[in-house]
Amino acid sequence: MTHISLAVPEIGSSLLAAMGRLGLGDHNTRVVVFASVLLGLASGGVGVFTLLRRRALIGDALSHAMLPGIGVAFLIGSTFGDFGKNLLLLLTGALASGLLGVFTILGIRRWSRTQEDAALGIVLSVFFGLGLVLLGLVQQIGGGHAAGLESFIYGKTASITIRDAFWIAAISVPALALVLVLMKEWSLVCFDEVQARVGGLPIGMVDVVMMGAVVAVLVVGLQAVGVILMIALLVIPAAAARFWTQRVSTMVLISALIGGLSGMVGSLVSAVAEDWPSGATIVLVAASIFGFSLFAGTRRGLFARYRERQSARRQAIGEVNA
Amino acid sequence: MSELPLAVSGLSVAYQGQTVLRRVDFELPAGSLMGVVGPNGAGKSTLLKACLNLIPTSSGEVRFFGRPYRDVRHRVAYIPQRESVDWDFPVRAVDVVAMGLYRQIGWFRPVRKRHLDQAHAALAKMGIAELAGRQIDQLSGGQQQRVFLARALVQGADLYLMDEPFAAVDASTERAIVEILRGLRAAGKTAVVIHHDLQSVRDYFDRVLLLNGRVIATGPVEETFTAENLQAAYQGRLVVLDRLSESGVAKAVGS
Repeated sequence: MTHISLAVPEIGSSLLAAMGRLGLGDHNTRVVVFASVLLGLASGGVGVFTLLRRRALIGDALSHAMLPGIGVAFLIGSTFGDFGKNLLLLLTGALASGLLGVFTILGIRRWSRTQEDAALGIVLSVFFGLGLVLLGLVQQIGGGHAAGLESFIYGKTASITIRDAFWIAAISVPALALVLVLMKEWSLVCFDEVQARVGGLPIGMVDVVMMGAVVAVLVVGLQAVGVILMIALLVIPAAAARFWTQRVSTMVLISALIGGLSGMVGSLVSAVAEDWPSGATIVLVAASIFGFSLFAGTRRGLFARYRERQSARRQAIGEVNA
Repeated sequence: MSELPLAVSGLSVAYQGQTVLRRVDFELPAGSLMGVVGPNGAGKSTLLKACLNLIPTSSGEVRFFGRPYRDVRHRVAYIPQRESVDWDFPVRAVDVVAMGLYRQIGWFRPVRKRHLDQAHAALAKMGIAELAGRQIDQLSGGQQQRVFLARALVQGADLYLMDEPFAAVDASTERAIVEILRGLRAAGKTAVVIHHDLQSVRDYFDRVLLLNGRVIATGPVEETFTAENLQAAYQGRLVVLDRLSESGVAKAVGS
């Protein structure tokens, strides 16, 4: 540690402080890191199929559309008693309005001539705008009671309690189990839906379970990472993993590890540097890994591709000379 | 037991208010190789998809081995057009072939070594055993087509529905596919193949279905694959270079 402290004293001492917190067994930090790692593992795992099924944008719209539901749920909760900030209530509200957003997209696409990307853009920004207004209103009305609701926008891992961590675990572990158990079916549906249908696979049900897992992870991740950045945690680890492998199973493994690592490093940094929003930090860590993979990835990274081209060229030249 | 592998009666398909197929009737005896021929937009792919319940039909009945499709899925293999899937997907050739076994393997069970061995054997039959571990985006068009065929073979079906397996493949792949078709026929299996090259119809198939929104003619090649029927199917879009002789020298414009 000493050379780090010498080189960059502030960061070094912060790191030491972080280690100290961990070393001292700071209960809060342990809960936060545990929850972030689990969340990263799960979103990395299910994220692979969001990417392969080309549903990343739907997930984005879904997560943004969750915001107004949080405001409404708080209003309902505080009108009918003092449970405005009951997590289960808030997440149920988030889920309901997220699904409403997705159905609105499907409805616009079906009943008007609007293209899907335009429908996505409209729903995403309108729901998000509505959510911001609602949360603003709620904070005016609810005052101190509503404090902390803004963590759903940007994420605030530090506010994760042991109860929240329990919910994250209760969703993440089954989601990961689903990925393992249904990998074969999910891969087939993503690669060749027609073959899956011809073979008699109930596509609708497979899709509902797949999207259900994605949505569940999105919802429990809201508080830690925030609605804006949660989708990044789904997509970035998967996209980064793609540079390292050519097999779905390995891609799931690598993606989950990248997600977990991002969750760990991001939440630790954010715990130490108070003004680093945790969601953003976790996503930036993931993005750094993505950047590294883009260049260094052994299968599809830029460097690997460059070497491939070079060897193909040498071979061609060799053939010409021979 | 002489149940027909495929019997279609009164099959009509409409797409966005437009009738694509009108009252299609045909029967296919076991052990035959049938080419489906017709101009672009004649509804050839639509016919296969409608048979397999992949698209809604407006009327008609399709029977496989005397039963509805959902009862005999395991006896039917479908080979879609090569462009229908994303060849950038992270799988190897052998993994794609193993997908043909997913139904047999069943829910929640992993792909095991013996399944991969079966997939390897199917690739070997297609003459590309050495490409088993190759990433699918690094295969040529012909090799991708062979992988698709291997995936169908590994299912061990009795009826094969193929959508343009010969489209844009190299000569050696074309020969390999023809070999496989003949092997299937020798084993008493049946195949329906959408085909574009009129010149090879007589060589490759023993039955033919001329299609243009409806059935123009169907039956054994010698009786059915005639200049008059072709003209009727292609409606002047056909340039007969020579009198349609035994070799069947004809070219379809724009196909």
